[in-house]
Amino acid sequence: MRMQTRGAALALLCMGMSLTAACGGGDESAGADDNTITWWHNSNNEPGKGYYEKVAADFEKANPGVQVEVTAMAHEDMVDKLAAAFQSGDLPDVYMERGGGELAAHVDAGLTRDLTDDAAAEIEAIGGSVAGWQVDDRTYALPFSLGVVGVWYNTEDFKSAGVEPPTTVAEWEQVNSDLESAGITPLSLGAGDKWPAAHYWYYAAVRTCSQDVLTQAVADLDFSDPCFVEAGEVVEDFIRTEPFNKGFLATPAQEGATSASGLLATGKVASEMQGHWEPGVMQGLTDDGQGLGDKTGWFPFPAVEGGAGDPTAALGGGDAWAVSQDAPDTAVDLVTYLLSEDVQRGFAENDMGLPTLPAATDAVSDPVLADLIKVRDEAPFVQLYFDTAFGESIGGAMNDEIALMFAGEASPQDIVDAMQQAADEQG
Amino acid sequence: MSLPVHPIVVPPEDVDDPAPGERPAAPAPGRRPRPRRATSWRERLEIVVFVLPALALMALFIAWPVASAVRMSLYRWRGFGPMDDFVGLRNYERVLTDEVFTQAVVHNLVIVVLSIAIQLPLGVGIALLLNRSMRGRGLVRTLIFVPYVLAEVIAGVIWFQLLIPDTGVVDGLLSGAGVTPPDQGFLGTPGLALWAVFGVLTWKYLGLAILLFLAGLQSVPEEVHEAAQLDGASWWQIQWRIVVPLLGPTIRTWCFLSMIGSLQLFDMVWVLTGGGPANATTTMASYLISQGTQRSNYGIAGAASVVLFVIGVAMAALYQRFVLRRDTQVER
Repeated sequence: MRMQTRGAALALLCMGMSLTAACGGGDESAGADDNTITWWHNSNNEPGKGYYEKVAADFEKANPGVQVEVTAMAHEDMVDKLAAAFQSGDLPDVYMERGGGELAAHVDAGLTRDLTDDAAAEIEAIGGSVAGWQVDDRTYALPFSLGVVGVWYNTEDFKSAGVEPPTTVAEWEQVNSDLESAGITPLSLGAGDKWPAAHYWYYAAVRTCSQDVLTQAVADLDFSDPCFVEAGEVVEDFIRTEPFNKGFLATPAQEGATSASGLLATGKVASEMQGHWEPGVMQGLTDDGQGLGDKTGWFPFPAVEGGAGDPTAALGGGDAWAVSQDAPDTAVDLVTYLLSEDVQRGFAENDMGLPTLPAATDAVSDPVLADLIKVRDEAPFVQLYFDTAFGESIGGAMNDEIALMFAGEASPQDIVDAMQQAADEQG
Repeated sequence: MSLPVHPIVVPPEDVDDPAPGERPAAPAPGRRPRPRRATSWRERLEIVVFVLPALALMALFIAWPVASAVRMSLYRWRGFGPMDDFVGLRNYERVLTDEVFTQAVVHNLVIVVLSIAIQLPLGVGIALLLNRSMRGRGLVRTLIFVPYVLAEVIAGVIWFQLLIPDTGVVDGLLSGAGVTPPDQGFLGTPGLALWAVFGVLTWKYLGLAILLFLAGLQSVPEEVHEAAQLDGASWWQIQWRIVVPLLGPTIRTWCFLSMIGSLQLFDMVWVLTGGGPANATTTMASYLISQGTQRSNYGIAGAASVVLFVIGVAMAALYQRFVLRRDTQVER
């Protein structure tokens, strides 16, 4: 009996100890050692993965005694792990921020380091693109890739239907109807994931609202300007022309050959509106790894007649390197190194994204991506995806309601109401 | 959560407190109150020591998460930073007035009712058929049980592919048979999506019902069959009047499992539709995931999870009280 008691007590003690060990063990990665930097990124395929390993090794060589622990993860895994890291407050030293309301919330919670003074030269060099990563005029992350959304199309399909990329939404509807008559499904849409559908509304809002209205709405979270309802009406009319693939309400964005991107990559539809990552996604969805190959075409979201927005303004977003609040100072050095001309050029040469440093943009080798950079840099402004800009809470409510409109169950006014309600509840 | 509570019965101690009025000066020889009491304490200690690890694990993995969900539900919290914005019951108000959530509750209840109304007769029927000796019985039994063994996500992905509009196998078969499949596909049409999900769930879980019922049928004594046959009962009469009633405890247990599973339904919905289209297949669990991890409204997700918990516990308790009690009483 006594022996049993003692054994049980010992077991309990061990259990308790292993628990405290598990709970307290995470701290080693942050702050415990000023010469070790942890860095999470999502380039887990070649050539990106190998390139970043080389970058880390170069940085270690230039800074003797400093060690960089690189963790490459699939994007979704990284997002999940980051969410857990934010909850526990135990963040990697260098990580990715998408900007907007999400970043503002992290800054508000004191999790992200202010880089305004420590990286002044790089911020200056990047220029206007940092705007999405600023909170109250302070810069908290350095964007290393910034892309724009547009319509990717199959040039062969357009040729065989005898249509040209449209410049107004009315023309676009005509193009779609001509494609339909030629027996080609005009557009694919991954509305099952909601955000691809929401991009239509975002882009329409960029065309119906002036830049001032949009900037003010992001700052005040006040959506009373009638241009937001107008945007919904543009999209609603567009949906009524039924240009999308069958079953678009349940179609995923980019998983598998039957996803929206897969349908374009395999020639089942003529076009799809998507971000700058589309060629890379399509390559992964075809057996030959080519995607649409040299049949890939791109045009921007067409102008809305009578809209107050600039027809050359773009919708987009990107990724930026941020440093967590408790990270050692060398982490800031790593981030500034990541935004150096050398690293940005290498990033561009490997087609890992659209570099933000003007001195590196000419290094992009893919002709389609090079064109996209031109569009981005010639745009008077690049509006950050609204769900990112407004933050997850408003963004989620907005995307849900937009998806409802695509299912014919919400009106343009409902979308604005849902956004305003979510904003008001956020307080 | 729903396990029947078996109170630990401690043997009553000998009444060694003397009746008032006859207080002996010293313990009478032959009675041993002190040692007896010590043994009892030791027994108690023993129980405590043996139960403690289990209790500690339950506290850590059940009680603590439940308590922290309740706490979370009283705050407005983004999932990081300090939890200091106390909002009282406002999250509950928002959850209960949110049409998406009330729809989700309805969807859960629809699945609960449909599962029992459709899978039960189907399962009992097939089990009765498979209980007869026939050629290839083992093969049929295996085939029916295969879907249950498949991982839920894998089954979901397979059915998602089968149900793709136009190019999917199901649409192909239907058009081949001259039926026009829905334009948006079964999973993309709000009016059909929940039925499609239920269809897949039935395919997936019918095997378990049949397996349980077959096991239950083994306990129906052969003599009963013989006696009934001697009395001139037909096969149908035997099944309906004798076998099915004897299968009662198994059926009631299966109903309970099915009900709890339907209330917690998440994986299949998430894989097939993500709760869409137009929230047509949202369940309570998918609602709290989309509010919590996707929108960072952890307070609302906490409130939704507490509501789900309360509904689950209430239904489980009522079921125990009014349906399962008979069975447990028989056992005792």
